[in-house]
Amino acid sequence: MIWNKQKECIPRSQMKEWQNKKLKETVNTVYHNVPYYRKKMQKKNIKPSDITGLSDLKKLPFTTKEDLRNNYPYNLFAVPLSQIIRVHASSGTTGKPTVVGYTREDIATWSEVVARTLHCAAIGKDDFIQIAYGYGLFTGGLGIHYGSEKAGSTVIPVSGGNTAKQIQLLKDFGSTAIACTPSYALYLAEALQKEGINPADLELEIGILGAEPWTDSMRSEIEKKLQIKAYDIYGLSEIIGPGVASECHEQQGLHINEDHFLPEIIDPETKEVLTEGDKGELVFSTITKKGLPLLRYRTKDLTHLNYNKCACGRTLVRMEKCLGRSDDMLIIRGVNVFPSQIESVLLKMSETKPHYQLIVDRENNLDILEVQVEVKNHFFSDEIKELEKLKSRIKKNLENTLGLSAKIKLVEPQTLKRSTGKSQRVIDRRELK
Amino acid sequence: MIIKQLSVFLENRSGRLSEMTKLLAKENINLSALSIAETSEYGIIRTVVSEPEKAKDLLQQNNFSVSLTDIICLNMPNKPGSLAEGLDILSQHDISVEYMYAFSHGEEAFAIIKTDNLIETVSILEKEKLDLLQAEELYNI
Repeated sequence: MIWNKQKECIPRSQMKEWQNKKLKETVNTVYHNVPYYRKKMQKKNIKPSDITGLSDLKKLPFTTKEDLRNNYPYNLFAVPLSQIIRVHASSGTTGKPTVVGYTREDIATWSEVVARTLHCAAIGKDDFIQIAYGYGLFTGGLGIHYGSEKAGSTVIPVSGGNTAKQIQLLKDFGSTAIACTPSYALYLAEALQKEGINPADLELEIGILGAEPWTDSMRSEIEKKLQIKAYDIYGLSEIIGPGVASECHEQQGLHINEDHFLPEIIDPETKEVLTEGDKGELVFSTITKKGLPLLRYRTKDLTHLNYNKCACGRTLVRMEKCLGRSDDMLIIRGVNVFPSQIESVLLKMSETKPHYQLIVDRENNLDILEVQVEVKNHFFSDEIKELEKLKSRIKKNLENTLGLSAKIKLVEPQTLKRSTGKSQRVIDRRELK
Repeated sequence: MIIKQLSVFLENRSGRLSEMTKLLAKENINLSALSIAETSEYGIIRTVVSEPEKAKDLLQQNNFSVSLTDIICLNMPNKPGSLAEGLDILSQHDISVEYMYAFSHGEEAFAIIKTDNLIETVSILEKEKLDLLQAEELYNI
């Protein structure tokens, strides 16, 4: 299923032409309408006329979350506020939230890219989509909502949480697709199991899951437990919300809607643009947005790009599933650790559930990583030596993957906190600041 | 001869053992014997209960990690040397004891034993005319 063949399967040369044109327009707009960008460009001694196309992209200044905070709430908007018909905000982990604004045209663009996302995951007008992302300031719920209506699917706008209700609707309303975070999908699978409901008896077939990084092993777990095909979707409110990129049935990376969001990969340290295929930080320039156009926004998400044509027929560039964020990366005894690496180790061992908690602490000036792991019931042995063997196997596997020794603590099933939103799996008790 | 023992994984948190025993009490399940093996982080409860399958399901539903383990219960006279005699037979046949817990009652003493080969253990002890309890007998002590 392809929503917009003309755009999604466009020859690369025509895509570049379009991007050249749209980038120039955007640079021109922000230079004249957003004082902050004008100052930033003047500081780098760049005029809009210096940007003749994609090859000049690297001359432009970056934008960070910090820039949005500095311009809280509306100072980066490029149109008069009378033209803004909606705002969303992401909860700030530090300080003020990040506010984004949409014109009527932006909402239409957003609906278009989300409709593409749905078709990418084989969700069409015959589907009933249960939207279990939060509605409100978070872009997840309303973003998927408008796109689903555009695609003609039947929207079940249940919003996040309230698992009993979610289960009732899954049963009674015949939802064929669900939109939620991957950790909530797992949570839901467990809740169904507790209720004695076999997912195979439900109509549910497809999950479009995003808003947090997840591994392929977690995907298999979700697909098995919920009996669905699980698609990764990617988006961030600063760029538009959900609809920035999404997987097709090939599941070989996420197609970026690059006729709207121009991607680059940079080295997060040197900020140099990397060559195609290299792994680095994903950076987006929005080239069609009116309300809040952003130049070279640093996502902190780590991935790489693949420009080869996909077997699904789309020519849109694909990004690899995000492998973590440059800012959730832990440095433990000088070793870089991504929680997703630990997750994939645990999932590969049948004994352990994907529920885990990392506790980082410092004892005698030495970093300590403790990994708390839930022991699956069927594995449980009543011999201490067997449990100690399990611990040392986990420890060894983690050491092989991370290059770091960790303390393993076995905990009872269902005792680690289940997250219904973004997973909070790391507790860092070190005071490094 | 082989008796089902209930084994439960418990984190070292106060109140956990009490929660477990309360659940069993509510369902009128009796504990005939119990021991705790502990490490610094967790403990393993090994207990002989009147309705092992029911107890297992009940605890599982309440999010405990549980398993049923085969054990035997050796019945001996309550006097010096009884246990030594039994263990000596096992060691002569190269049977290792994984764990054991024991108690005495009047004229009799009882040792609950888990070995690395329970079926062979039973046949050896029977051949030597040692008394192994049936589950029902253990529940009725």
